[in-house]
Amino acid sequence: MEFQAQDAIQWIGLTNEKIQANKEYLTSLDQVIGDSDHGINMSRGFQEAVNKISGESYDTASDVLKDVAMTLMSKVGGASGPLFGTLFLKLSTTFKGNDPVDYATFTSGLEEALSGVMQRGKATKGEKTLVDVWAPVVEHFKQENAFQADKILEVAKTAMENTKDLMATKGRAAYFKEKSIGHIDPGSASSYYIFEALAEAEGGY
Amino acid sequence: MKKIINDPNQVVQDMVKGMIAAYPNDLRQIPGTMAIVRSDAPVKNKVGLVSGGGSGHEPAHAGYVGKGMLDAAVAGEVFTSPTPDQLLEAIKAVDSGSGVFLIIKNYTGDVLNFEMAAELAEAEGIQVESVIVNDDVAVEDSDATTGRRGIAGTVLVHKIAGAMAEEGGTLEEVKAAAEKVVANIRSIGMALTPCTVPAAGKPSFELEENEMEIGIGIHGESGIERKQVATADDIATELTDKILADMEFTSGDEVAVMINGLGATPEMELYIVNSKVQDILAEKDIHVHKTFFGEYMTALEMTGCSVSLLKLDDELKSLLDAQSRPVAFRS
Repeated sequence: MEFQAQDAIQWIGLTNEKIQANKEYLTSLDQVIGDSDHGINMSRGFQEAVNKISGESYDTASDVLKDVAMTLMSKVGGASGPLFGTLFLKLSTTFKGNDPVDYATFTSGLEEALSGVMQRGKATKGEKTLVDVWAPVVEHFKQENAFQADKILEVAKTAMENTKDLMATKGRAAYFKEKSIGHIDPGSASSYYIFEALAEAEGGY
Repeated sequence: MKKIINDPNQVVQDMVKGMIAAYPNDLRQIPGTMAIVRSDAPVKNKVGLVSGGGSGHEPAHAGYVGKGMLDAAVAGEVFTSPTPDQLLEAIKAVDSGSGVFLIIKNYTGDVLNFEMAAELAEAEGIQVESVIVNDDVAVEDSDATTGRRGIAGTVLVHKIAGAMAEEGGTLEEVKAAAEKVVANIRSIGMALTPCTVPAAGKPSFELEENEMEIGIGIHGESGIERKQVATADDIATELTDKILADMEFTSGDEVAVMINGLGATPEMELYIVNSKVQDILAEKDIHVHKTFFGEYMTALEMTGCSVSLLKLDDELKSLLDAQSRPVAFRS
């Protein structure tokens, strides 16, 4: 794996396309167990992130992801702004000084991102949050030695679908208790698009 | 969706512009942000108070910016917390060197964004303290949830912390006063109809003609119990009973009452609710020191109301009675 500035730009661009295409779907997920703004906020944030990075020139993936993180934090709002912002900020920090980013560094970046977001959101696994997608994906990265697009896609998709059966105990959905069972967590769905985009960008899907 | 707006994505910008135009002597906007600041901020030797939250709760939060209450309020997108960078700008704009106090409602997004802003401000050498308001008795407090939501009772936290700051209280004293309010205030809301977030274009939940929801939050999220629409007296009784069951009240206690409309309920109906609430309190020999009546924290055009009770002592009474001059809270 040789992840560079161009790859990061492509990754975020593809993520944005998926978020834009599924904006209403994400909002409908949030309508059931949240306050129905997840799709609106994520589409605004990722569109701004793409606008920002397409207007600049970058030497490293770390610099790209730093701008993405800051844009998400300042444009998304709600809980998703700080949480998705933290994920990309941790990736950026871990990638700093490592260019191109190799598989091991990418893996530690994802690990740092996961632990950062868990700390920020005071969340653990099984609470029906984006952690339930990020944790198994990180686990997969740690088990392998090289990037495997099809496996990442599979792990992320299964993890997202598994959030359906969970009862939310963190975040806005926690107020819905038992009523939250049977619905995919919106933050997990967005996280799936992020990994689907990564699989496409890096795996040539 | 039928609304008096220009562009669903510009409602907050357009609103803030109009608000500044309405009160040019009282308020100013920090350029490039949706932060509204007291025109004379930072006030020398005074702790700065910053609050905020999603838009759609008007007059919360910018309506409470002014002498005796907030120094700044930051408006997020509709029902969406403001972002850390804008909160930071507000904190910097109101810090006179005496520190800044943040009033945060217990919603995950609000807590996360305010926490990040506090960390950023501290990194810049500003002393920051905060309180998290969780007055909604509809949501049970347990290890399994993120705790109770902060709703209309937050306005009285603004009022009392604001009075303490205006009287020259230190950052610690402002925090102590705010914490005392949080410990003694309880609220609960109900709705007859949902509301429509402009960018979503359709109602946040559906209610049949004969249904109501008890325990709704202020973001249009559905409540804890859906039932047949009852009379105003029954609604008032249910809300008041849930509050009285949650906090110990004894004969002779003094309270402040807040009857809050959610955006589309006529005053007539709110007065009917108030009448019953006051009767229930009188029956229990709970003395009403002051009643706050009207729209304090709305949820766009949701029809419904919330009731809040604040148990008072001499300190809280005097801070509650202190003069304040925000555009939406003259006392």
